[in-house]
Amino acid sequence: MSNKNIFSDPLINNNPVTKQILGICSALAVTVKLETALVMSISLTLVLACSNFLISLLRTMIPSKVRIIIQLTIIASLVILIDQVLKAYMYDISKQLSVFVGLIITNCIVMGRAEAFAMQNNPIDSFKDGVGNAFGYSIILILVSIFREILGSGSLMGISLIPQSIYDMGYVNNGLMLLAPGAFIVLGLIAWVQRTVTGVTED
Amino acid sequence: MHSDFQTYRFVMIVSILAAFLLSLTATSLKDKQDYNVEVDRKKNVLKCAGLDVMTINSEQIIKNYSQFINEKVISKNGSYVDLKLTDLNQFEDKSTGQILYKNNNKEYLPLYEYSKNNEIVAYILPISGKGLWSTLYGYFSLANDMNTVKGITFYKHGETPGLGAEIEKKWFQDNFINKTIFNEMGQMVSVSVEKGKASGSGLEHKVDGISGATMTGAGLNKFLKSDLKRYIPFIKSLEIGA
Repeated sequence: MSNKNIFSDPLINNNPVTKQILGICSALAVTVKLETALVMSISLTLVLACSNFLISLLRTMIPSKVRIIIQLTIIASLVILIDQVLKAYMYDISKQLSVFVGLIITNCIVMGRAEAFAMQNNPIDSFKDGVGNAFGYSIILILVSIFREILGSGSLMGISLIPQSIYDMGYVNNGLMLLAPGAFIVLGLIAWVQRTVTGVTED
Repeated sequence: MHSDFQTYRFVMIVSILAAFLLSLTATSLKDKQDYNVEVDRKKNVLKCAGLDVMTINSEQIIKNYSQFINEKVISKNGSYVDLKLTDLNQFEDKSTGQILYKNNNKEYLPLYEYSKNNEIVAYILPISGKGLWSTLYGYFSLANDMNTVKGITFYKHGETPGLGAEIEKKWFQDNFINKTIFNEMGQMVSVSVEKGKASGSGLEHKVDGISGATMTGAGLNKFLKSDLKRYIPFIKSLEIGA
């Protein structure tokens, strides 16, 4: 795989969320608002880039018998680090994200990239792969959250977008968008569009 | 191939490094985090009393808190005692999640008074207890008639996001406002979360439930009532005084 593809491939063609259907749990949970989706995206990007880099750096030293434990230790440490920083500097958002920052530890994308890519490739490529996959995840999260916040709350980044006059005419926010099924529907539509455009089909 | 010794050594080094890094971060960020928790607690007291706290920053919260809220301590039979809130040690009953406040092995109760123009407009009391998975911590506030609910908030819990965690949402908490806790016989009936939509008689003591979170609601009903019961002597003493 050429250097350029390591980064760009997971953005569209091999997107971890819509193509590999990984990391769905958090993609549903934190996408009610754009703000939480953004913070989650940044957190995951930091964790995935650093964990891929560190694990790749240590890949020849990690005894294969305990490799999953070592990977988890590294990933978990990074996640706790980020959780602590969020609690100190972005308390309200960290409360809204609640358990989901902690659950980055079990996000399949992070473990998956560590095991599938970082253990076989050099640190620089692993770092790129980490950033690429994290961006692929982030794009979907941000797209889903934009749809959900506008349709569900009539706002974006907490700023009201739909004028009162439209509400007066009888428009109501779609409550379904605030619930998990709303995220499933949006996610399904995005996966459909993405597969139609790239022309991939399941075997 | 790694020998067992090498494997152990590697695992040890990684764990020690990770532990060191994490304890370093946790210790260095502790002050900042404690401050945030304190601001959040004060914010919830203010919000519970009916103040709009969504648009103000943390300094304003601290300022409003010291301006409007008086922290008081009352005895179990309802009279004010000359103790500070910080004099009380908190003990959580692990089976029910109720917090007991003690000083020298004697039990007391905390009380927050919300005053406006030198008149107390609301009393705020801490509530806590078991939901489905976790202990919920929050505040409950009564208007100065000691019957009408001014608000309810939760600042800490571990219920399922989207289900039980809806207790921290505005729509759920707003339903409590203007409900009453005493029935016409003068009995304390508390406010209960129904299964599904609140219906039938006694609507002034009922709120809509959260679908998919019946157990969280049931837990809330139980601990809200038992926490309110502790304040009945105090409520009665106010009525006699009035």
